[in-house]
Amino acid sequence: MSRIELNNLAHQYAPGGDYALQPMQHVWEDGGAYALLGPSGCGKTTLLNIISGLVQPSEGKVMFGERDVTNLSPERRNIGQVFQFPVIYDTMTVFDNLAFPLRNRSMDEHYINQRVTHIATMLGLEDVLKRRANNLTADAKQKISLGRGLVREDVAAVLFDEPLTVIDPHLKWQLRRKLREVHEQLNLTLVYVTHDQTEALTFADKVVVMLAGQVLQVGTPQALFERPEHTFVGYFIGSPGMNFMACSVEGNEAVVGDERIAVDPAMAEAARLAGGDLQLGIRPELIRPAAADETGHLIKVDKVEDLGDYVLVTGHLGEHEVHVRLDESEKIDSDGLRVVFPVDNALLYADDKLVG
Amino acid sequence: MEKREYQWAWLMVLPVVLVVAFSAIMPLMTVVNYSLQDIFGPNSRFFVGTAWFTEVLRDPALHGALIRQLLFSAAVLLIQIPLGVGLALCLPKKGPWVSVSLVLLALPLLVPWNVVGTIWQVFSRPDVGFAGVILNGIGFDYNYTGDSLDAWLTVLVMDVWHWTSLVILLCYAGLQAIPDAFYQAARIDGASRWAVFRFIELPKLKGVLLIAVLLRFIFSFRIYAEPFVLTGGGPGNATTFLSQSLTTMAVGQFDLGPAAAFSLIYFLIILLFSYVFYLTILNMDREG
Repeated sequence: MSRIELNNLAHQYAPGGDYALQPMQHVWEDGGAYALLGPSGCGKTTLLNIISGLVQPSEGKVMFGERDVTNLSPERRNIGQVFQFPVIYDTMTVFDNLAFPLRNRSMDEHYINQRVTHIATMLGLEDVLKRRANNLTADAKQKISLGRGLVREDVAAVLFDEPLTVIDPHLKWQLRRKLREVHEQLNLTLVYVTHDQTEALTFADKVVVMLAGQVLQVGTPQALFERPEHTFVGYFIGSPGMNFMACSVEGNEAVVGDERIAVDPAMAEAARLAGGDLQLGIRPELIRPAAADETGHLIKVDKVEDLGDYVLVTGHLGEHEVHVRLDESEKIDSDGLRVVFPVDNALLYADDKLVG
Repeated sequence: MEKREYQWAWLMVLPVVLVVAFSAIMPLMTVVNYSLQDIFGPNSRFFVGTAWFTEVLRDPALHGALIRQLLFSAAVLLIQIPLGVGLALCLPKKGPWVSVSLVLLALPLLVPWNVVGTIWQVFSRPDVGFAGVILNGIGFDYNYTGDSLDAWLTVLVMDVWHWTSLVILLCYAGLQAIPDAFYQAARIDGASRWAVFRFIELPKLKGVLLIAVLLRFIFSFRIYAEPFVLTGGGPGNATTFLSQSLTTMAVGQFDLGPAAAFSLIYFLIILLFSYVFYLTILNMDREG
């Protein structure tokens, strides 16, 4: 096990073509549970395949600890990878499937027996070890794929490429919890690619958000929620995403149309220095209704949806559409909703990047 | 209401039933009819029961042809299936050479069967044929018209040239259908090239191999035109296979009764073997 470092890494599939991955510098700490989150086609899988060695990067280096593995083949890299669709060896039993990576490396049969039994017990596969793998359900098959990644003790990391795509929703949750357990027991570095924010946020200690071959932000789920460093992160994470409104800054206030919204003085200063297109961003959850003695801002209500445990209000502040998430108990006046944008939660973005 | 629907359904199937009746059932029943009678002319025929079947089954010449036929089909399967799988694995997976190789491979399949025989007859002639002259030039005493073994080998090589492409094309299609993730997982698992073949490619080729084995068995078991043109069944009767014996009997000697009985037995053998192959391959890796 070791930390994995990507040194000035970039990738073009064809020389002179578009960058599938923009040049990046990134470290995966040993034993971390990471999620790689982004829309389809943003380069998540390419990045994953570069770490596992299935793709050779056109620029930069991949380091496992102190070792440069950029030119090593996947089989010599000590890495596990689980794919979108379960990959199992149809003609083998579950036991033989799990033992396959060890047998290929000529391990001792006694050790193999012990190790496979251990991993199978951990994944809840101990009862089907003697059965043929191709007769099992999709989630059991995906567990086998996962088991093949975990069975080698020397793996530097296990990589997951949207592993729950073909799994039924109620089993997804179980498998994800299994992964967390595995992570806690084995203390392995796990990298989990997904385009589903719920999966990413529930699985990972740290989430890496990517867009168009670029890493936009690396942070804890909480940081991504509270301080998105890029408008895309704000928009992509959350349900619904962050509200963004074009604004200008005057003094310690953001001016949105006719409304003046107070922001953090340091942030206002930074925004003035940064220049460019300024936007005010705030989470729908963090906007609160104005108390009786507060002026607040009037939002013209277009639509109120009751979504079970909360109410989603869609309205307009001037010409900007704004979403507000409120408690069910909140009373909503149909012609307008007075709200407060708390100073700490109103963030300023210059050219899509968080200022300050 | 339901009854009306049922009648309509029957009408829909009727054209197929008619076509199958004319193309398969009626000719087959005609043969069954012939096989039970001794026919001298349009108006003079006698019912003979199973006499023709007994005679045909006891005919030593036909036993010889059957054994040669079985040997030939066995050799064809043992050579062409492994060779076809092997060559399919060697073909490029993508790029401009894919279409070039596929077209070249398809060429032998497009040649009419009797032309295949003619090509090889000329090609192998010891006096003027390219292969025959070269073989004799480098010291082999090769003459397919005089030597039984030479004749056999020539017929076999001709069949391999003619039909291996079919196996290659089927296997190639099967290989192309295997998702990349399987190969990637195998690389990460550290699998050898042999293990990739044994545990990924071969199991995934099961379906196309079933088709390939069945087609190659059926085609080789009823081979007629190519050896007939190449060797005429000789030297002696070294390369006389079942279909040629049958033709000689039915058209040459006009023994319609025995020929009909022979045809039915021939048909049943093919049916039986195909069924056995089908079951064997299908059950090859069921859970025990």
